[in-house]
Formats: sequence, structure tokens, C-alpha cells
Amino acid sequence: MTDDTRQHHDMGGLDAETVQPSTHEFEPWEKRIEALVRLLSLRQPPIITIDELRRGIEELPPEVYDGVSYYEKWIAGLTEILVEKDVLSREELDARMADVAARKAAGEPVVEKGVENSGGGA
Amino acid sequence: MPHSHDHDDGPDDGHDDDTGHSHGHGHDHDHDHTPIQADEPTGHYHNLADAARELLIEKGYFDGSDVREMIERIDSRTPAIGASIVAKAWTDPSFKERLLTNGKKTLKDEMDIDVVVADLVVVENTEDVHNVVVCTLCSCYPVFVLGRPPDWYKSREYRSRVVRHPRQVLHEFGTEIGDDREVRVHDSTADMRYMVLPKRPAGTDGWSEEQLAGVIGRDSMIGVAEVELPN
Repeated sequence: MTDDTRQHHDMGGLDAETVQPSTHEFEPWEKRIEALVRLLSLRQPPIITIDELRRGIEELPPEVYDGVSYYEKWIAGLTEILVEKDVLSREELDARMADVAARKAAGEPVVEKGVENSGGGA
Repeated sequence: MPHSHDHDDGPDDGHDDDTGHSHGHGHDHDHDHTPIQADEPTGHYHNLADAARELLIEKGYFDGSDVREMIERIDSRTPAIGASIVAKAWTDPSFKERLLTNGKKTLKDEMDIDVVVADLVVVENTEDVHNVVVCTLCSCYPVFVLGRPPDWYKSREYRSRVVRHPRQVLHEFGTEIGDDREVRVHDSTADMRYMVLPKRPAGTDGWSEEQLAGVIGRDSMIGVAEVELPN
């Protein structure tokens, strides 16, 4: 297979820099995104499967794939698939994002009571 | 389970400093407004996540307590679970055989450990073979056995190189595998996760499972390290 046939996420065997043995403490917002995916994928039947999430992430533009952090890609890929499956609409997401941004700007609470601090640290 | 896919960490602008508050219809405005500070990260993807979570709750897919409980459930999964599995396999040959034959079922039946996501294949390191695990296409990892994956596992560098230059990557982790041992690299998928059963170190005869579990680290179960005894 030539590299011309590779999708962006398909990087096995390519050249890259030395592995940096890095990790970090997961942030509450990251854990909330992870929990959303699990809650939707572990339902029977699943609202979204892990393969579908994977496709959603693989289809992100390369600049997003390489440019944002791990759980940001998860929520981007997840919402793409949820819109595709008519679980959510683009319009309601856009409207709610504006509402969320306005509430944050006003210093109002956004995260549901009881969820906000869960999983702080790791 | 893990899941997922994809890869590395770019700039991480998350920095939240949550303070407690409620949300929903009928906001409680009694909370303290004095120090004005961003309670939550306000970037595009943070707002997208908050919007999606709110809408999914309103549509009845789950509620806030489900989110909290899922976070706690995943938080409870750490490499100590994998270490307990390895220690049992080292001390119980018949368990080890069943573990290597059918990982998911054996863990459920005999240790009450639910792998949850996907199937689990346990691969054994021996005098002749050293195994290492990757997910080149994304970041699939046995989360419910080893906890959340380290960042490097999801990195472009690891995903790209370990399948082509495994000994060199292992060297970068400080792990030297002799030329007399074959190195096998296992590429995980959304439906199939791998865990390495490392070699039991010399000098541990007669150790209890608890003692053994205490020296088994995460990296040895991914395969980028071997189990070593503390000096």
C-alpha cells in the first residue's frame, strides 16, 4: 500500500519522533466526555458503538485530528455521529452551545449538580 | 474498554476549577458570585460537550447521576486490577491456561472482573517471546482492566513506530529485549483488546499473590517494560 492510500489516522509504520513517556491527570471535563461515550455505547442497544465513534474521529479534518486534544476529538467525533443518527440536531447543538457560552460568561453554573467535581484528579 | 480512538494530545487547554452548583430549569441563583472566575473551560469543544450532555439528559438518555456514576466506575479501574490478574496467573497454572484461552470469560467467572468493552486477549511473555500492545488506528486499550491509557499510548509517535521498530521503541522505554527473543506486536481494535502477561521475575519463589501484584506495573502489561524487582 502506498501512503497515498492511507487515511490520516492510519499511521502504523510511519516515521515519527521518539516516544515521550508522557501522561497527565485526567481533568473533570475529560472524564465527563468519556462518561458520555460510555453511557451511550454501553446501552442495549447502543446509541452509538465504539466503531461509530472511531469513524467519527477518523473523519475529522486532519488539522482537527492533529490540532486538538484527545477528549476534544472524542466529543467532536461523538457529536458528528449523533447528528448523523438524528439523536441530536446541528441546530439544537449550536443553539445550546451559544446558551452554554452565555451562561459561562455570566458566571452561571453549567455542569449538573453532583457531576461537577466527580472524578477530579485521577 | 477503551475505546476509542485516536490519538495524541495536542495543546490541552483544559483547566477547570469546578465549584459546585446546579443547573437546569429554575437555576438557583443563591450561589456566591463574588470571585468572578471561569468555573469551566470555555473553549469550543468544552461548550460542545456541555451542550451535548445537557441535551442528552433532557432527552432522557441518562441523567446527571448516571454521568457521575460512570465516572466513578471508570475511576475505579486501575492497573492494580491487571496486576491482580497477572499475580493469579503466575501462581495458578490452570487459571493461566484458561486466561490465555478465553480472557474475558475467565475473568468474569473466576475473578468477577467485567472486561465490559470488547473482547480481551491475554498474551504471555516467555523466554522466547516478548509481546507489546498498540492501537495504530486509534487508542483501543483494556480500560476496564488497566484503567485509562497513558497519553503516550495514544501518541502519534508510539502508534507509528512501535509496529516497525519495536525493539528501538522498547529501548526508549529502557527495555532491552535480547536478540534470542522474538518480539510480537499486537494491534488492538475497537472489538479486541490485548493485555500482556509479563514474565515472572526470578527471585519471587514462594511470594504470595499480594506480594507479586505489588511489583507488577502498568507498562509491563502493555509490554513496554518487564517486571523488575525493586532494588
